Formats: sequence, C-alpha cells, structure tokens
Amino acid sequence: MELDPVLLSRIQFAFVIAFHFLLPAFTIGLASYIAVLEGLLLATKKQVYLRISTFWIRIFAVAFGMGVVSGIVLPYQLGSNWSRYSDATANIVAPLMAYEALMAFFLEAGFLGVLLFGRKLVPQWAHLFSALMVAIGTLLSAFWILAANSWMQTPAGFEIIDGRFVPTDWLAVIFNPSFPYRLVHTVTAAYLTTAFTVIGIAAWYLRHGRYLDEAKVMIAMGVILASVLVPAQALLGDLHGLNTLEHQPQKLAAMESLWETRAGAPAVLFALPDEEAETNRAEVSIPKLASLYLTHCLDGVVRGLKDFLPADRPPVVPVFFGFRVMVGMWAIMFALTLWAWWLAWRKRLFATPLFLRAATWAIPTGYVAVTAGWITTEVGRQPYVVYGLLRTADAVTPTLTGGEVLASLLIYIAVYIVVFGAGVNYFVRLVRQGLPEPLERQELRPEQRPARPLSATTGPASE
Amino acid sequence: MVLDLVPIWTVILAFGVFMYLLLDGFDLGVGILFSFAPGDRARDLMMASLAPIWDGNETWLVLGGLALFAAFPLAFAIIFPALYFPLLAMVLGLIFRGVAFELRPATTMTSKRWDHAFFWGSLIATFAQGCVLGKFVLGFAVSGRQYAGTSWDWVHPFVLAVGVGLVFGYLLLGATWLVMKTEGALQDWARTKARVGLFGTLGFIGMVSLWTPFLDTRIAARWFSWPNLAFLAPVPIATAAIAWWLWRSLARGRDAAPFVAAMGLFATCYLGLAISLFPYIVPPTITLWDAAAAPQSQAFLLIGTLFLLPIILMYTGWSYWVFRGKVKIETRHEH
Repeated sequence: MELDPVLLSRIQFAFVIAFHFLLPAFTIGLASYIAVLEGLLLATKKQVYLRISTFWIRIFAVAFGMGVVSGIVLPYQLGSNWSRYSDATANIVAPLMAYEALMAFFLEAGFLGVLLFGRKLVPQWAHLFSALMVAIGTLLSAFWILAANSWMQTPAGFEIIDGRFVPTDWLAVIFNPSFPYRLVHTVTAAYLTTAFTVIGIAAWYLRHGRYLDEAKVMIAMGVILASVLVPAQALLGDLHGLNTLEHQPQKLAAMESLWETRAGAPAVLFALPDEEAETNRAEVSIPKLASLYLTHCLDGVVRGLKDFLPADRPPVVPVFFGFRVMVGMWAIMFALTLWAWWLAWRKRLFATPLFLRAATWAIPTGYVAVTAGWITTEVGRQPYVVYGLLRTADAVTPTLTGGEVLASLLIYIAVYIVVFGAGVNYFVRLVRQGLPEPLERQELRPEQRPARPLSATTGPASE
Repeated sequence: MVLDLVPIWTVILAFGVFMYLLLDGFDLGVGILFSFAPGDRARDLMMASLAPIWDGNETWLVLGGLALFAAFPLAFAIIFPALYFPLLAMVLGLIFRGVAFELRPATTMTSKRWDHAFFWGSLIATFAQGCVLGKFVLGFAVSGRQYAGTSWDWVHPFVLAVGVGLVFGYLLLGATWLVMKTEGALQDWARTKARVGLFGTLGFIGMVSLWTPFLDTRIAARWFSWPNLAFLAPVPIATAAIAWWLWRSLARGRDAAPFVAAMGLFATCYLGLAISLFPYIVPPTITLWDAAAAPQSQAFLLIGTLFLLPIILMYTGWSYWVFRGKVKIETRHEH
C-alpha cells in the first residue's frame, strides 16, 4: 500500500490541533472567570470567591501548561510538514501568528507566575491585575489565530506574485469576511464550554454534599452566563452560516448535504450522504426550510454540491455530521438552561438530584461542540488550504515520505494518549480533592516566600 | 522600497533566539541535573526555582519560530523539513517536561514517573536543539525554494557532537542558576556540577571551533585571513577570560557571578557563530536578504514588535523580580 504524505500529514495536523483546541476552549473562558472572581473578591471581600478562585486557578495551571506545550507543536508542524504552504502564505499568516506570540503568549506567561504563586507576594490589586492580563492574553490569542484561520477560509487584501500571497491591505487581511463571525462564535463557544464545565463540577459537589455555598455560587454564575450566551450563540451561529453561504457556498452545501441547486431547498434533518452517487440515502427533510433560514424566503435559491466539480467539493460526510453534532450539543445546553430557570423559579435548582446529575453528565457538551464545529469548518474548506486558491495537495513538504509521516504520527498518538490521559486523570483527582480550606484557619503571612512551588496545584487535602 | 528592514529583523531574530537559549537554557539545564539531584527535597527546590517562569521562557521558542516564519519565511520552509525528526523529538521532549511541572506533585513519593519524564524530556529536547544548531552550521541542500535533501541528512558526527555539547552548555547554565537560587548543601552540590558543566562546555567549544573551519573553507577564510584575524581575535580571548572568571567565582563561593559568567560564555559563542555564518540564514546558499518576507509584511510586524518587545521585557523582568532571592519551600505544617 502506498502511503500518502498529504493525507497522513493532514491526519497528523488534525490530531494534534484537535487535542490542543480542547485546552484553549476551556482556558479562554476559565481565565475570564478567574478574573471575575478575583474582581468580586476585591470588591466584596467575601471568602467564598477566594476559595472558588483558588480552586480554579489550580485547574487552570494544569490546563494552561498543557495548552502551551501542545501549542508549540503547531507552528513547528507548519514548517516541517507544510513547507510549500509556509512559503506561499508566510507574508500574510506569519505576521498574524507572530503578533499572537508577542501580544498574547508573553502576556499570559508573564503574568501567569504571579497569578499562580504570587497571591501572598504582591498586593491584592496586583494579583487581580495579573488575572486580568492572563484573561486578556487568552482573548488576544483567539483574535490573532482566528484572523489567520479566517483568512485561509475567506482570503482578502492580497495579490499573488510568483505563486505567493503578498498583502496589499492589512485591515482587509485581518478583518476578512468570515473573521468577525468566527471570532465571536468561537469565543462564545469557549465561554459556554467553561460555563458548563463549572456548572457540572459544582453540581457534582452539591450532589455529594460538599462545598455547598461555593457550589451554589458557581452554578448560579454559570447559569446566568449560559442564559445570555446560549441564545446568543444560536443567533451568532446563524449569522456565521449566512456568511459561509455567501463566501464558501460548497461548504454550506456540504453542511446541509444539498446536492441539487434549487429554489425552495429542504432542510435535511438526517441522511446518509453518498458521495459516489451524489445523493442522500435515508433522508429525512423538511421542505423549503433550508431556503427559509438561508435566504429568508421560502423559494430562495440555494446552490447544491453538483454545482461544483467533484474535485472542488469538500468531503460531505464529516462536514454534514460535524455540523449536526455541534447543533445537537447546543440543543442540550439550551434544554439544561431552560430547565435550570424552571427549577430556579420553583426554588428547587439546588435540590433536584436529576438536574444535578444531568448537569454533570453535560460537561463534555462544550468540548464535543467545539471539536465538531471545528471539523465542520476546516474539513469544509477542503480540498483547499487557502480557500479557492491553494490546494492542500500542493501545500505539503515535497521531500517527506509517507513512511516518515506515519512514523511521526504514531509517535504523536502514543505520546498524546499518555500525556492527555495523565492530564485528565489529574484533573479528576483535583476535583475530587476539592476546594481549599477556608482561609480564616490559615495564617496569612505576606512576607513569606512562595509556597511550595506547585502550591498552585497541590491541595491541602493531599497529605 | 525606502528602508531595508532586513538588518533590523536580523537583530530581532538573533535577540529572540538568544533570549531563548539563555532562559530555557538554564530551565532545561536544571531538568538535565534533576535525575542526579541529592534527594527529593532538592528536587522540590529545583522545580520550585522554575515553576513561576518556565512558561515565559518557553514562549521565546514560539517567538523564535514565528519570527523566522514571518521575517525570513524561505528559511523557515527549508530548515524545518530538513530537521523533521530533531524538531519532533524537541517538541515531544518539551511536552513531557512541561506537563511534569504540573503533574509531578500528583504522584506519590514512591512513584518517580514524572521525575523521569522531566529529566528525559529536558535531555532529549536539549540534544535535539543541539542537533538543530549543528545542522544549521553544517548547511542544507536546497533546490529552488525547497529543501532538497532527505529527512535524515542531519545524522552526521558534527551534528551529534554539537547536540552533546549543548547538553553540557545547558547543564552549566542550569547549575549556575541553582548556585544563585539555592543555599547550603544543594548550593555546594550545584557548584560541583557547574564545574562539570564548565569543563564539558569548554571542551565542546574548543572542538567545534576547530572542526567548523574544516567543514567550510569560507568560514576558515573569515576567521583566519588577515586582517580579520586581528579584528576577531577578541572573541576567543573574551571567551577564555569569561571561562576563567566563571571558574574563579565558583571557587570563591559567589552566588550570582557564575550565572552571569555562564551567560557571558553563551554570548561570545553566539557571536562567534554569527560571525561564521553571516550573511547566510540557510547556509551555504541562501542569505538573509534572499529569504526575507515581503517588505510590507516585515514592516507591519516591525511596528508592533518595536512597541511590544520592551513591554514584554519589562513585565518579564517584573515577574522575575517578584520571585527573586533564594528559593524556599514552605513546610506544610508550619502554621
């Protein structure tokens, strides 16, 4: 069997970035949450915020550290596996990524040490400031990397000279057509991921009768955030979809699995897309609905996949199902949020075991949703790496052999199973270990050197 | 094009890579010493001296890679494929040691899993970086705008020797860092390791300095022709003087001087390397100017870099300041 370096390099990049993406999906929201808790602590002096914040800072330390090391892999792989992509696009995407490092990575790393270990070493306002800088760093990181990613989806502000992209208008490059939609959609998804993680863990504590005060505060904060962001995400996702319809019609056709270009296109609820036969099997659909939500007119014309040459179409199956899984996760979040309000109205939010159990089981929804959404948008960009202009097959490093990529891929898989397995295991252990003791019982001695180095991750209950 | 930005980008890239060598150098060096440490308490202290700053140190590696990608993309697209496996080993080594920072306290005292991960990760990442450096000096086969060799061209005695040499170099940085940050028995131990590091480093500096001119007649001509010989003689002389100072400051029991001297040793070696290779970014064929990005790309990034780099240095300095002094571990039952 001939090993294809293009396909294997794609699998390898998808593998490392999928694992990496789970961490920022969590830490973007968590950094903001910690900053809010530190702000509330400074404003109200209530120890409950201190204890919640200290708990999450420990978990943040682990997630952030794993995010950093799994992130270093990505730019290095652009060079080693995708050298022709690097040569062709560097003038545009590389400065955006370098800005991410300069603005975001250093800001996060520079203030992280003080956030994790400096509570007793610096004044309280400086600790809050560090939390804010870390939070802003995560958002700036999202800004720049999604600008680069969006440019590959909807390139703008450039000319092509000798087969290489050269910028002509930086504002057009950064604020390319899909960027504003992708940015708010992704950051909202990250906030929701964090919110449902916090709710789910707090619910677990409540159900086990531990840290009742803190757990109630966490659930209340999470539900309030979800009440705003879950409905907002539906609107933002719809706007993002309309943007995709305008700029990447074949991706949208694959998301909907629409083969024929037609007026009054149906919304396909379920189907088994058959790319060979260019049709859907076992299709369940609602007539005219797709035209309604895509064109806001019952008889609007929507382009189908057959409008595009087979060589220019993305793989339909992953895009179609990725989109459905993402929407499904949203529906679970929406249902949980409604349920929470219903219970809160009945004053039974903290005393309904079934709800608490469901909330804990719903922790993965955010992670599944961002991964599914990412598959939808990235596989939907295929067969191009820069949409419409540079094919993925023309982007790979020419000297790499399939065997070499297979070797590195297998090594990555082995290492990630060990490292991420240990990380998840540790995360569960931290949660079981619980929140720190109330501070009144500890003596605050500000002149002391920082605690155990790893005090950010070592709980008082560990010994 | 009014202004040639290549020189300033050369300086920024060189500065970023040098910052990485110094900062993650002592960081990885402590990792290499980790397995030889006298006891678990010593290991706790060694990690404690790094825990608040290692993230920031590693960020310079990201910046170095991305600055190369942004300012000299042709070099990025040629060098990285040539170093496919050393770079793979490097990032995986960094993953293991980075995760060890977070997961080590979770293990019980009897389980040394993450201690080993920290040591081996640091060692492999360092050796891989040395191989990258060695291959860089050795040069790359290029055809058009792409790398033309195989993924295994880096396997060469010179490259492997530089790999081992960098292990000793980082070990020296790490040991002198510990001399500065610790006291008592651990400090004494660090001093003896610093001497090992110093001898090893000087041995490899000597070997590489003698070997390199034989690899490339152009490098030989640069150093040994007249009047270059006179102009460049201060570089090896300064190296020797700094090595002497380092040795003396260790003998006299100084705290910070050995670390400063070790950084000085890295600076003169780095300068020597730059003298040998300039103006090539992909030796022996592609110059900095050949590899440069479009002027508008270099300019766009330069504006932000000139503004942000001083700020980064300021708050990085603040973070080091907050955690200054000898590292201590608060005992749990103190209260």
